[in-house]
Amino acid sequence: MTDLPATNSDELDPEEQRVLAAIEAELPSMPAGAQNLIPILQRIQQTHGYLPRGGIYLVARHLGLAPSKVFGVATFYNQFRFNPPGRHPIKVCLGTACHVKGGEIILENFARRLGIEEGETTKDREYSLERVACVGCCALAPVVVVGEKIESYVTPSKVEGIITEIEVRREMAAREEERNES
Amino acid sequence: MSPESTPSQRLADMRQAAEEQWRELHEPEIPVIYVGNATCGRAAGSQETIASFEESLAEKGLEARLVKVGCLGHCYAEPLVIIHYPGYPPLMYQKVGAGEARVLVNSFLKDGSDPCFEYLFGALEPNDTFPTLMDYPRYLFEKRVIMEHCGLIDPASLDHYLAVGGYQGLAKALEAGSRRVVQEIKDAHLRGRGGAGFPTGIKWEIAANASRHPKVVICNGDEGDPGAYMDRTLMESNPHQVLEGLIIAALAIGASRALLYIRAEYPLAVETIQQAIDAARERGLLGADILGSGFGLEVEVFQGSGAFVCGEETALIQSIQGNRGMPQYRPPYPAVAGLDGLPTVINNVKTLSTVPVIMRRGSNWFKQIGTENTPGTAIFSVVGDVEYPGLVEVPMGVTLEHLITEVCGGIKDGKPFKAVQIGGPSGGCLPASELRTPIDFDSLRQAGAMMGSGGMVVMNDEACMVEVARYFVDFTQNESCGKCTFCRVGTRHLLAILQEITKGEGSEEDLEELQVLSESIIQGSLCSLGKTAPNPVLTTLRFFRDEYLAHVREKRCPALMCRELIAYYIDLEACARGCDACVACCPTEAIFTTSNRKKAIDQEKCVKCGECVYACPPEYDAVRKVSPPEMIPDQGIEPLAETEEEDEK
Repeated sequence: MTDLPATNSDELDPEEQRVLAAIEAELPSMPAGAQNLIPILQRIQQTHGYLPRGGIYLVARHLGLAPSKVFGVATFYNQFRFNPPGRHPIKVCLGTACHVKGGEIILENFARRLGIEEGETTKDREYSLERVACVGCCALAPVVVVGEKIESYVTPSKVEGIITEIEVRREMAAREEERNES
Repeated sequence: MSPESTPSQRLADMRQAAEEQWRELHEPEIPVIYVGNATCGRAAGSQETIASFEESLAEKGLEARLVKVGCLGHCYAEPLVIIHYPGYPPLMYQKVGAGEARVLVNSFLKDGSDPCFEYLFGALEPNDTFPTLMDYPRYLFEKRVIMEHCGLIDPASLDHYLAVGGYQGLAKALEAGSRRVVQEIKDAHLRGRGGAGFPTGIKWEIAANASRHPKVVICNGDEGDPGAYMDRTLMESNPHQVLEGLIIAALAIGASRALLYIRAEYPLAVETIQQAIDAARERGLLGADILGSGFGLEVEVFQGSGAFVCGEETALIQSIQGNRGMPQYRPPYPAVAGLDGLPTVINNVKTLSTVPVIMRRGSNWFKQIGTENTPGTAIFSVVGDVEYPGLVEVPMGVTLEHLITEVCGGIKDGKPFKAVQIGGPSGGCLPASELRTPIDFDSLRQAGAMMGSGGMVVMNDEACMVEVARYFVDFTQNESCGKCTFCRVGTRHLLAILQEITKGEGSEEDLEELQVLSESIIQGSLCSLGKTAPNPVLTTLRFFRDEYLAHVREKRCPALMCRELIAYYIDLEACARGCDACVACCPTEAIFTTSNRKKAIDQEKCVKCGECVYACPPEYDAVRKVSPPEMIPDQGIEPLAETEEEDEK
């Protein structure tokens, strides 16, 4: 059947190796049958935050499908992502109402502030930036979802505020930790 | 309970306890606080409001009951709170943040002395002291059939739904039997609310007559239209009504399997529906023997993974089967051969939510609402530049003008109306001259728009129609599944042309090209995604040709929206010496001090985000926007010499 492609395991970062091992351990408990492909992918993404490349091959083997079929399905749907999300995933809504109220400008401001493009994660894995089609809070446009929290009526200066708030909290947590250690 | 009791009797037994609970809530001995806690309420901060109520009540040692309800649809007023203090009518307060919640506890809930008129919106019931909600056009002109209980009951409580008449339609349907249920829905002339307006009763009849077994019903909650969220609201605010409709549909066609297809982007809706399914099963409203009738049904939730094309029935079926969501050729229609080749009925959330009401009140009652061809109501999510955005349920047949100006309070800040975009990426933009169009499937289609799923974006004169068309084509181009060449490649070309026009690189021939290409895409596409994708382009070309011409002839964006065609500058006459408000807000440090210590914008650095317009204090109001960029007047700006800048510091 489909085997994992020959990859030099040294190339994978330890984090990804850990995720792959976890997926391999979880798969036997998941139902078989091609119709369960999407629910399985959803479950992996829910647990690990993304679908690692190697995971696609594992799922294909589990369901007896060609890896190309699994890739085909996973890339068709907007929900699935193939790189790990940041600890603070930022989703900028670009639904109609948000677009008319300048959602693109908000996305640009995040990109500029974080130094990443849409669809990317910062090197330290703190932030990731995505666009979403509509979160359904059109009356509060423009809207940004930071982690689980929905931020409404976002302006470029509020972008600055959102990032600063997260940074301040990180700093506080770091200091707290330092204090506890000493 | 005797084994031979009818479904109605069994339901009546169940209702007794529910009604008892309901009475306690509505003739309260301690104050009851209802807080709207659906997704949009949460976005506005309802969680903080709830926490603040709990904290303040505990501090004062007061007793009150907190009920987390769904969404009333009045998004402009969130977080919305209703307080029922013994002796007062239920009173509604809007925009209740954590601070207001504290004030309400300290002044009103403490001893009932001061109902805080300053935050009060209106009373829910007629009375002598307070204005009622019916004094406001937003409430008066609405006709709530589907959303009647949204925002007034706890979505997590099956008892609340039972107390307001829930599952009576199901009990009636179980007693009437499949054939009469189908007949009742046909008589009601209910048309599918998913967009196309196909008669629901006929769809059911085809599936009921299909010979293959088992049969399947699917509730389509894959609301992919950017700008529409009524399905989410219904699932979050009154999940049992959706479920009841689904069970009745299953009964009508004789299905033993039912699926709810919900977007994974709606986690709260998924959770709420799942809770409702469990509660219904526990009380015998789902499972092997529903209300002792012998009819059995299992319901499961399938989470859609976010593909707009899955709103199309055949694509939705493909995605449940674990494939890429690509539409299939019809016939055979899903009602004959759908999921796994079985007869499958797919109905929208709104359609299914209407069914229990029709069953309970009868088709004759239903037909009195709306128009002859399209009875019933329509739910729109009216957003954009209106005074009172949110979900609005109106009878079919009212005009767009009535909906926008009367019900939703007209355009915000007294600006002029420019266009209304109806039906999302499949719909069109209609100008003021078309506002007399009545709202129903056929009239809107004639005007070039579409009912779609009911998304409506109202725009003032600051929205550029070319840019709006570009936005929608960008969306459909992304969401095209790639099966049909005209849709896959054609929308790409449409987008490329529109992009050039918005950058001022288009020519007049491009407009002709857009027209021809649009018509070809409509002809050459299989499903309605492709067939409707050019609608935003065609309607804007038809109604806003002047705007296209300004872009291609003068390289000018009349609405001052297309960023390549505009520029910001600071009017030195208006700018105040020494003020730094705009400097601090600019994300790219494009604003510098001039030799006379006023401010100017470095056009090279400016990204045209417009933040300085808001930052500039209104008493100066010095930032100007022009199109084309060459219109910036020469104000003889010299940057402040660096030595002077040093001195200043």
